[in-house]
Amino acid sequence: MKSEKRAKPKIGVFKFASCDGCQLTLLDAEEDLLAVAQAVEIAYFPEASRRMRKGPFDIALVEGSITTHHDAQRIHQIRRASKLLVTIGACATSGGIQALRNWQDAGEMARVVYARPSYISTLKLSTPIAEHVEVDYELRGCPIQKGQLLELLSALLAGRKPNVPTYSVCVECKRRGSVCVMVAQGIPCLGPVTQAGCGAICPAYNRGCYGCFGPMESPNTTALSDHFRILGQTPTQIQHAWRGMNAWAWEFRKASEEVKVP
Amino acid sequence: MKTRRVIHVPVLARVEGEGGLYIRVQGGRVMDVKLNIYEPPRFFEAFLRGRSWQEAPDIVARICGICPIAYQMSCVQAMEQIFGLTVDPMVRLLRRLIYCGEWIESHTLHVGMLHAPDFLGYDDSLAMAKDHPQFVQDVLALKKTGNDLMGLLGGREIHPVSLCVGGFYRAPTRRQLQAMVGPLERARDLALRLLRRVAAFDFPDFNLDYEFVALSHPSEYAITEGRIVSNRGLNIPVTAYEDHFIEQHVAHSNALHSIRRQGGSYLVGPLARFNLNFAQLGEELSKLAQECGVSPPCRNPFRSIIVRMLETLFACEEALRLIACYEPPERPCVDVTPRAGIGTACTEAPRGLIYHRYQVDENGNILAAKIVPPTSQNQKQIEEDLRRVVDGMIDKSEAEITWRSEQAVRNYDPCISCATHFLKLHLERS
Repeated sequence: MKSEKRAKPKIGVFKFASCDGCQLTLLDAEEDLLAVAQAVEIAYFPEASRRMRKGPFDIALVEGSITTHHDAQRIHQIRRASKLLVTIGACATSGGIQALRNWQDAGEMARVVYARPSYISTLKLSTPIAEHVEVDYELRGCPIQKGQLLELLSALLAGRKPNVPTYSVCVECKRRGSVCVMVAQGIPCLGPVTQAGCGAICPAYNRGCYGCFGPMESPNTTALSDHFRILGQTPTQIQHAWRGMNAWAWEFRKASEEVKVP
Repeated sequence: MKTRRVIHVPVLARVEGEGGLYIRVQGGRVMDVKLNIYEPPRFFEAFLRGRSWQEAPDIVARICGICPIAYQMSCVQAMEQIFGLTVDPMVRLLRRLIYCGEWIESHTLHVGMLHAPDFLGYDDSLAMAKDHPQFVQDVLALKKTGNDLMGLLGGREIHPVSLCVGGFYRAPTRRQLQAMVGPLERARDLALRLLRRVAAFDFPDFNLDYEFVALSHPSEYAITEGRIVSNRGLNIPVTAYEDHFIEQHVAHSNALHSIRRQGGSYLVGPLARFNLNFAQLGEELSKLAQECGVSPPCRNPFRSIIVRMLETLFACEEALRLIACYEPPERPCVDVTPRAGIGTACTEAPRGLIYHRYQVDENGNILAAKIVPPTSQNQKQIEEDLRRVVDGMIDKSEAEITWRSEQAVRNYDPCISCATHFLKLHLERS
């Protein structure tokens, strides 16, 4: 299309197995939402619009994990139609809470929930998007954090590198001025090994971090498992701590499998 | 005119989660209506087994990003029933308050961004914003207040972190809550303005004789607790839920259909609550409802948008009332000693009644879980509504039937992510 103005970048929002919370974060951007909508063309976002444009897309925001044969094929179509593919949230980046099935028998699980499991088509594993296609950027979190989403979008629109930290929740906790719940109260906390981004909410609400943002860069999970033991946690409790929203993220998965549960 | 038509909406828009619609018409009659829920199953009830009572509220929140409080609240109350706990009255107040936040946020999202575009003839709220900027700005500002209330009490609006079995991890100070008074007063004005706006929309003449099911509480408009009642004489404690409602598994849906045990669909959600608990909205809101064209029994599901905004207004006023009564509890959480048992709880999620049952062992580890979200319960009713809606407009164009059908589904604010623990329109005419 010939036009004096440069065409707005086309954005598509795609959903796989998930709770909708991460794409809701875009709608929750409230005062910034109308500004975002002016800067880009939201071409495909079924949760918000019945107008669904075809690709190609400049940016694909992908929520959710791959759990069915159909979805495993669909993600390839989205990749082919998108210049940049950004995974948003724990499901897309690590397989999500539904990856807890990965240690269980999916057939048996379908029988627990559904009266006619034969109607259910599902893969054995819940896997992150990056296990299927190349991913350009990722936003962690369960859910993602609004500020990080807006930062990523503005960076991509400006053609600069997004400023998304990879240090631990501890850094944010100190910055917030919270007293360490693990040191002061002996409450088990995943903050030392979890990537920052949430704003260290849990310790500020008097509880330990439960790892929504997944493993930070080079986390010392072994030392933390040891420390949880010193705090009196049972092997099952320690294993469960690693098996939360990011259970299938490699470092957390490894840590959980290293725990010897009698 | 073709005698056989199929209307197929492969991806139903402006609903939470993934589903579609399939309608087959033959000889001028609707032969088949299917609400396809292809959102992949996530097996929460299966992987909850073996997890501790302490972890359950954070896990079940992940079923739905739009109404996490409904899941957390039902979960903690079921656990508290097992362990024989009574929470501090101020904790109860805070729970109702954060639930008000979720009602404001979820209802406003649905009314303003998902449902209103149908009435005004737009694809989405952003397109609507060009012609109706004030409406969309009011919606965003009102929704933000709901989110801010959840954020203050819960740490964040999506998947809050503060709710636990026995109470809260941390209770707010009076001063912290006082900071919400100004925004809530403004939100109340916005809700009133939006209410008058949606009440002026055009509504199709469509009425069905529904069985409305909702919680009812002797002293308040039920949100967090009550007995399960219906307009057809049902009046049971939550513990008897499974004696009266069963789940059915159908091939075209990854969400179980919940029906009355003696057969038959029913309706949960704002319309049910409004019809069953009308008097408890108070005199002013009751009068306002009548001015806005809704009075019990309201049997037109398209008017649910008015009731949803009325409930939003109620939630703003209720939040202000609760804040005025608040005194911080001595301790935000009571001590918990786990014991074996079975516990059940129902609360009123924004989309309607939600049921949880847990069985735990002596250490409080989960042996079995059952979760029935509102959308599973409304699914069968939605299909019945669609049948009637399409029957009434069978000669209309495919585009008109499709849009009206989608709107009829959105009357229920279905949350498909919830229901698959659920939509494609495919209209086939022959």
